Amino acid sequence: MSASDHLIPVVVSNVVEVNPIIKRFEFKHVNGDELPAFSGGAHIVVEMIDDDTKRKNPYSLMSSPFERDQYAISVRRDDTGRGGSKFMHEQVRPGMEMKISAPVNLFSLDLRARKHLMIAGGIGITPFIAQMDQADKLGVPFELHYAARSVSQAAYMDSLADRFGDHVSCYCDDQGESVDLEMLLSNQPLGTHVYVCGPKGMIERVVETATALGWPAAHVHFEHFLAPPVGEPFEVHLAKAGIDITVGAEQSLLEAVEASGTPINCMCRGGACGQCETVVVACDGEIMHNDHWLDEEQRAAKQRIMPCVSRFRGKRLELDL
Amino acid sequence: MGPATMSESIIEESIISRPTYGTLKIVPGLAHYFLADASGAECVIRVVQEMPRDMMEKVHILYVPTPGEAALITSLYALGAKRFEHFPTIEEAVAKLGSWLSDAKMGSQLYLAGTEGLVGQGVAKGEECGLDHTAVQCEHRGSLARRVQCVHCKTMIEDVTTQPVKCPSCDLLLLVRDHYSRRLAAFQGVCINAEDPTEEVEIKEVFK
Repeated sequence: MSASDHLIPVVVSNVVEVNPIIKRFEFKHVNGDELPAFSGGAHIVVEMIDDDTKRKNPYSLMSSPFERDQYAISVRRDDTGRGGSKFMHEQVRPGMEMKISAPVNLFSLDLRARKHLMIAGGIGITPFIAQMDQADKLGVPFELHYAARSVSQAAYMDSLADRFGDHVSCYCDDQGESVDLEMLLSNQPLGTHVYVCGPKGMIERVVETATALGWPAAHVHFEHFLAPPVGEPFEVHLAKAGIDITVGAEQSLLEAVEASGTPINCMCRGGACGQCETVVVACDGEIMHNDHWLDEEQRAAKQRIMPCVSRFRGKRLELDL
Repeated sequence: MGPATMSESIIEESIISRPTYGTLKIVPGLAHYFLADASGAECVIRVVQEMPRDMMEKVHILYVPTPGEAALITSLYALGAKRFEHFPTIEEAVAKLGSWLSDAKMGSQLYLAGTEGLVGQGVAKGEECGLDHTAVQCEHRGSLARRVQCVHCKTMIEDVTTQPVKCPSCDLLLLVRDHYSRRLAAFQGVCINAEDPTEEVEIKEVFK
């Protein structure tokens, strides 16, 4: 069973152009009901029906965890991606009915922390907006360090600085500003937890710097959702179902399995949570492991695949589905 | 005190709450805090001597000597740590550790060496100050004498070597359990003859 099996019918209550590449979408329950409770850092999966294509993409909730009458997400437009963000930007209008999953949190605040240190890069800001609301209400010290390419692309930077004052520091690449991670991570009181969400390189730098300075791994948290990459179409045999399916160029293997009506577990749809891990029955070819879940050894063994983000190239792939 | 008494005591396998200990090893860190008693001093000397000289700026040592002993104080002082202080009791040294850790930064490592009472109280202080347990290393040396809490009157009894032990405060005869409280840094002592207080139980020395 997956969180995305039981979708919630919502109506798009508002669409706001935050800047030329980012739009905010607000959802209310079609019946005006309260939406499920969540904690800062949670994401929802948004189902997008685009003619014959059904996509399901995860987005972090940025609205306050204390407001249940509506959810808000922000979507960065990626014209080179599979089309999910493009669909959101071009097709989704206020009043439209859509379906979303209940929230799932793979990036929650550690409530034992004496202080929350948040580091955001670009659109990675969204989970922190909900988390800051939570930390602020709980009265736990927090600090946000938010880096963006340019002032014009730094979504919500001004409003966050206005709301949270000294708790927020901003850095814009085009102003020659950057976060001095070594300095920042060398000056945190005991009991601080650090959270990072942003581009892969930024996550790696934070994790490496913290580790080198002696931060315990349990105090370092990161979230890096992957958009399923596009690629060449490929065929897959589903052994239990006894069927062959084709994965389209802009479709993920998970989406193709779902489209065939075959049951499969999943949650984050971004290679992070591990729920969709599937046994490979036979593989004559190369699996492009794009996830954060399997380790090097498991990848080389070709006995497991994460269908949400990984693809295949070769003669035959047979899965235990 | 000869080297024989300082050697590592064997801790028998028991229930999961009974702490087990490792061997101190320097790991990457912004600052390295040490707390030891006389039985653990050699562990501190062993690992700090192997650190590069320029790392001494990051080293802070607290020590609880055996009364009248001076040689180990001299050896520890000679390591050249940024701070070295010694106190007559574990309680005072642990309080000092708390004041050092209240100013400490993430990336600090804590190393504890010596008897269980010292190690356990160091662990509890580290936790209280926000140190993750993975940033705390412990090496047990010396006696296996236990710090015991009488669960009935809550008195802490130090250096318990016998089984059972008489609570000095409420006079109950206590079975010293392997059940250990990390928060209190103490084993739990529970009345052994509650059904029949007249029952005689032989007191044997078992924690050496």
